Amino acid sequence: MADSKVIEAQHLCIDYRLGNQWINVIRDVSLQIDAFEIHGLVGESGSGKSTLALALMRYMAKNARVTSGDILLDGKSLLTKSDSDMRKVWGRDISLVPQDPLAALNPSYTVGNQIAEIGMLHDKLTNRQAWSKAVEMLEKVRIADAEQVAKKYPHQLSGGMQQRVTIAMALSTRPRLLVLDEPTTALDVTTEATILDLFRDLIRDNQAAALYVSHNLGVIAQMCDRVTVLYGGEVMASAAVVDLFNKPIHPYTIGLLASIPRATEGVETRLPTMDGIAPTLSERPHGCVFAPRCPLAVDKCRAEKPATEVIIEGRTVKCHRWREIVSGEITINTLPEEILVEGLPPVENEYVLKTNDLLKQYGAQSLFDRITRRTSRIVHAVDDVSITVRARATLGLVGESGSGKTTLARCIVGLETADNGKMTLLDVPLSRHLTERPETIKRDLQMVFQNPNDTLNPYQTVGRALERTIRLLNTDKLSQEQVQNRISELLGAVRLPSDYANRYPAELSGGEKQRVAIARAFAANPALVVADEPTSALDVSVQAVILNLLKDLRATEGASYLFISHDLRAVTYLADWLIVMYLGQIVEEGTTTHVYNVPSHPYTEALVSSIPVPDPNIKQGRIRLDGDIPSAANLPTGCRFHTRCPRKIGAICEQQEPPWRDAGDGHHIRCHIPIDELTELQTAALKPTESSV
Amino acid sequence: MVRFLIRRTLLLVVTLLITSVIIFGLTQLVPGDVARLILGRDASAESLQALREEFGLNDPAPQQYVRWLGGFVVGDWGRSITGAKQAVRPLVTERLGNSMRLALMTMLISVPLSIFLGVIAALNENTWIDSAVSLLTLSVVGLPEFVTGLVLINGLALGVKALNLPATSAVPDNTIADWIHQLILPSITATFVLLGYVARLTRAGVIDELKKPYVRTATLKGLPQRTVIFKHVLRNALLPTITVIAISFGWLIGGLVVIENVYNYPGLGALLVDAVKQKNLFLLQAIIMVTIFFFAVANLAADVIYAILNPRIRLE
Repeated sequence: MADSKVIEAQHLCIDYRLGNQWINVIRDVSLQIDAFEIHGLVGESGSGKSTLALALMRYMAKNARVTSGDILLDGKSLLTKSDSDMRKVWGRDISLVPQDPLAALNPSYTVGNQIAEIGMLHDKLTNRQAWSKAVEMLEKVRIADAEQVAKKYPHQLSGGMQQRVTIAMALSTRPRLLVLDEPTTALDVTTEATILDLFRDLIRDNQAAALYVSHNLGVIAQMCDRVTVLYGGEVMASAAVVDLFNKPIHPYTIGLLASIPRATEGVETRLPTMDGIAPTLSERPHGCVFAPRCPLAVDKCRAEKPATEVIIEGRTVKCHRWREIVSGEITINTLPEEILVEGLPPVENEYVLKTNDLLKQYGAQSLFDRITRRTSRIVHAVDDVSITVRARATLGLVGESGSGKTTLARCIVGLETADNGKMTLLDVPLSRHLTERPETIKRDLQMVFQNPNDTLNPYQTVGRALERTIRLLNTDKLSQEQVQNRISELLGAVRLPSDYANRYPAELSGGEKQRVAIARAFAANPALVVADEPTSALDVSVQAVILNLLKDLRATEGASYLFISHDLRAVTYLADWLIVMYLGQIVEEGTTTHVYNVPSHPYTEALVSSIPVPDPNIKQGRIRLDGDIPSAANLPTGCRFHTRCPRKIGAICEQQEPPWRDAGDGHHIRCHIPIDELTELQTAALKPTESSV
Repeated sequence: MVRFLIRRTLLLVVTLLITSVIIFGLTQLVPGDVARLILGRDASAESLQALREEFGLNDPAPQQYVRWLGGFVVGDWGRSITGAKQAVRPLVTERLGNSMRLALMTMLISVPLSIFLGVIAALNENTWIDSAVSLLTLSVVGLPEFVTGLVLINGLALGVKALNLPATSAVPDNTIADWIHQLILPSITATFVLLGYVARLTRAGVIDELKKPYVRTATLKGLPQRTVIFKHVLRNALLPTITVIAISFGWLIGGLVVIENVYNYPGLGALLVDAVKQKNLFLLQAIIMVTIFFFAVANLAADVIYAILNPRIRLE
């Protein structure tokens, strides 16, 4: 056993210098990864997981230092090596698969050149040999037409292809240790699924040890053998993936797993959440780092740091009360609770927003195009889309990037002007042009954006930001006192203390900023709030809090939502109705239950199948989409999905537009396959193909 | 790329047309009568009339403009109004050649030096080396050219006899030794002006690029530091610098008025001053037109080089 470990961190402590003082970022972390093992590293932002991952490669920021402990690669310390010695290890024995592949590749060189560089450096290959090796590696990461792709520049490739290139790079020297730093976070769920398949195969083929850093528990459950949970720079728990997910022991792990949203099928429930926020680097508590947020914390937890205890071989936990948790003497509620607030129920047959054949195209001819008689490439971003948002309900909108979902949202709120089509808000016609909309419309129609960091003015206090919105949206003159009251009310509604009005955005965490953005959207009792990926920039535990908040506000304020997300899980938690978009067109529409279950459009089926399930006992679905979403400037003929459809039936799919089939109860599917047949096919696919023991 | 080139060339032509209108318009707006300006206050009405006839000053302005521009395109740039009334073109092209020699020499010194200093400063960000480079480049930029020029003449040309440098620069013959001998001092003076801008810009560019994730990727491939810097970082960091260098080239052609005067070097800038003093209208128009042409071409060259080095633009 001892011989099989590839990398080992022993009681590692890392400090960062901030200003004049050294701050402890990584505290007493021990970790080992064996050959063939994929080791997950989970943690929220600020937990130090990226610092730790890069430190294992002995790659550290200039203002960082290791204060104690050691890092051993194949038994030899990396800390004693000089920088130039490390350059012989990097790229040969240790490789990194980075988070954002476009940023991680040099924009000025072809991808082939960037892969070949490694072969020339470490294997002393000639130019020509290194190039053919690069092409060979691109084939290995399942890129068709590798010769051609090698000659392309990073920006000419899709996100999935770019990530394949970085994998090809990382594996081209058969490294001993592979560090994967959130490698699929920037990708669509369908692309993520194919990349994860690729990792699974390639890592094991290479006999490498792999550290897989992710905040996505689904990915960890599906990918990893073992997992380490990091919080506030300390290891809270470490265990085999199956054990950790089946029987979590540490209160933080329990809370984290419970806060993953799941489809609740219409029941008005709230996700269990953890109170408070993760500690900042400089304000770590003296006792257990998790104590301030732990529902089980007692005085001892706040006073004394718990020791790392080995429960069984290969399983550690850092908690004073783990014995009581294991024996069941104390428990944490992990079940969704019924919503307690008095709410207004959804109203049947009442609509907030209707769009009729909304159309938005980009890329009209420029003057130069007209002079040179160039045929322009028109991008069909939103193509005759009709949607209905029901009163006090949530319409979820899902699709890959490039499906047109964000453009649709922007056309509705007026940030983009639709080219054609009709909209009505509360039975009043809504102009496509923002300038033609009366002021009162802005009150009824509000938007929450994806990244809260970019939507708040950094030089304005929270109170000022809210005050401005309140004054702008209220037609009648309000006294200073009335405004202040309203600010406190709004902050209360998003569960922030009223003294937050004096804070600047920089003094808030990501989740708190998003709550302020939500408070702003609710400043004047909107009828419809359009939320574009409001939780995708947030940590899992924070995401749960925001989703709960949106659910509460829907009940108390009587608002409706158009909720856009690529995360099917977040959508299903909140939405009553779902719309699935592909290349500017709606391919399926229905209640969440209908869309999520059989029968569904083959595209929806693939989306659902691609979701990494946060349960190692349930294998991820098997349906994968080949290739990338085609360009909206060059739409496939017939059914737009036929180029990637796993259930394509023949020439009809390429030649004819599919019918909008009615599956009953407002459930529609745009497909050539009749509903009954689709049901049959998909039910059969769900049955296990091999008899399991 | 072809499309890009056509587009930019068309834009260049439009720019030149607009500036030609402005130049012509400005000389039309010069207060007083052009003929009287040339011949002086005491000229007789007949001689004034004769001069107007000779230079076509009686024609309506649009007609004069078209004739002037048409002449310019076919190489007839008009005649000097002083004394011998010689043709303007050979006068300007000769000086242009001299200016280009000085500009080239300055480029050869200033570009490598300022990029080198910028990179050194960036790699040692916030250390004493960075501060020293900043101090050096900014202090020489702050000094006016006639000060640095005179200091160099007094210090090196007159002060260190062993160097045997001339205090006034003549046009060099075609040997490297003579180029250095004649042009080194004015080139250094011009370099001082450019050094600050180019070095600071390079420094900022390199610092920006060093923060990007692709640099980490390159380092973690195990590439030596120099490969990371020279192959990966500089290629991207120098893109904005190229534009500034190209524009400086335009300035070196027509804008070295002070330096050429200090060193008594017969360049275009010195000729410009003479033309202004003599109120030599057509000569003035020709010099300004040529200078602007070089500015515009330098800009086009910058855009083209930028596009060649940047696949994100080249492959649009």
